[in-house]
Amino acid sequence: MAIDLEGEIQAFLRQNFPQYGGAEVDREQSFVESGVIDSLGILELVEFVEARFGFRIPDDELLPENLDSVANITRYLSVKVGVKDPV
Amino acid sequence: MNAGPTLPELGPDVFEVDAESLIDETVADLREAVQQRLRKRGTVVAVSGGIDSSVVLALCVRAFGPENVLALLMPERESAAETLSLSRQVVDSVGTASVLEDVTDVLEALGCYRHRDEAFRDLIPYYGPGWRAKIVLPPIIGEDSYRVFSVVARSPGGEDVRVRVTTDALRRIVAATNFKQRIRKTIEYYHADRLDFAVAGTPNRLEYELGFFVRNGDGSADVMPIARLYKTQVYQLAAALGLPSEVRARTPTTDTYPLSQDQEEFYFALPYDAMDLALYARGNDRPPASLAAALGVSLDDAVRIYRDIDAKRRVAETLKLPPLTSAGLRALAGERS
Repeated sequence: MAIDLEGEIQAFLRQNFPQYGGAEVDREQSFVESGVIDSLGILELVEFVEARFGFRIPDDELLPENLDSVANITRYLSVKVGVKDPV
Repeated sequence: MNAGPTLPELGPDVFEVDAESLIDETVADLREAVQQRLRKRGTVVAVSGGIDSSVVLALCVRAFGPENVLALLMPERESAAETLSLSRQVVDSVGTASVLEDVTDVLEALGCYRHRDEAFRDLIPYYGPGWRAKIVLPPIIGEDSYRVFSVVARSPGGEDVRVRVTTDALRRIVAATNFKQRIRKTIEYYHADRLDFAVAGTPNRLEYELGFFVRNGDGSADVMPIARLYKTQVYQLAAALGLPSEVRARTPTTDTYPLSQDQEEFYFALPYDAMDLALYARGNDRPPASLAAALGVSLDDAVRIYRDIDAKRRVAETLKLPPLTSAGLRALAGERS
């Protein structure tokens, strides 16, 4: 069965960051610039991704271009785990 | 056409103050706060041998006289070797009474060291007796990666190990370590209550504005006389107040972890003078290009520094919130609307 990367990321954010109020997260919105997720939150997100998809994100890939929005993570993961970005 | 006021060039000169006037003004504010508003006779000041607490102590002595100021020296087993001797030098130089309260036993009883070391061991299984560790952030200059904490641990043989933290371990390390600031604050209030004094806090502007303090720990006080002063200005006051040169020459340290840790690697990302300039530039709406030129860094670095300042300010805002009542929440909503 295909993995719904974006759906899983959205669900994780809704469950773990109460600031979103359970609503869908704007897929292009920067986590850090919107002030919703700080660097500790990013680490939490990294841990989720690593545990869920079974690989270690190297320090030099802890970059905003890979992780700073739903769209960025989905794009990054689609390369790392070989799932096509649905959008 | 009116070109508007000329802005001062972004550099160390923006922090130049008339130290004597600033001291007089701060002393007047201290008297107003402590005697008129708080109706107390004097102040208790926790002294660490660092520049901030030394300046606050000296200002309080100017404001209330040495007989109405108590210096508290509260080292613990992981304090730097020079902490106590520098603190004593400062106390001697201002001629006030002091009380030594070693907080090691209290921290031990609370499990401060044990809880923290268990978290270190979760990250580094062989961490044990003789090892020392600290948490650090990567540099901000030239790095586009997220600034994620690592633990640096040094073996008894002097070899360093560096491991990225987990959120669980980091939260436990910070929670356990915060006992240090909170226990010290409890002791400050014990002495303040018995003497009918107020507690003078020691955060400077960098710390207070960017949230480099523990809520209900060193972020708690009745009066904070230097919270509006950049660190560069605190040094100017220290010189004008005649504080010992050893104190003025000491590198700012957190004096919190068993392995020596400076404030730059733990929180601020830049040396204090550069951080002062960055905070000033951000607060005065200077474009990132101006900061880049002043610090000799790239435009990307300056943008990252501003972003880091914005994120820290958001943290500071929540750290400084009063207990939230329903009325308080409505007041906050009113501020936003």
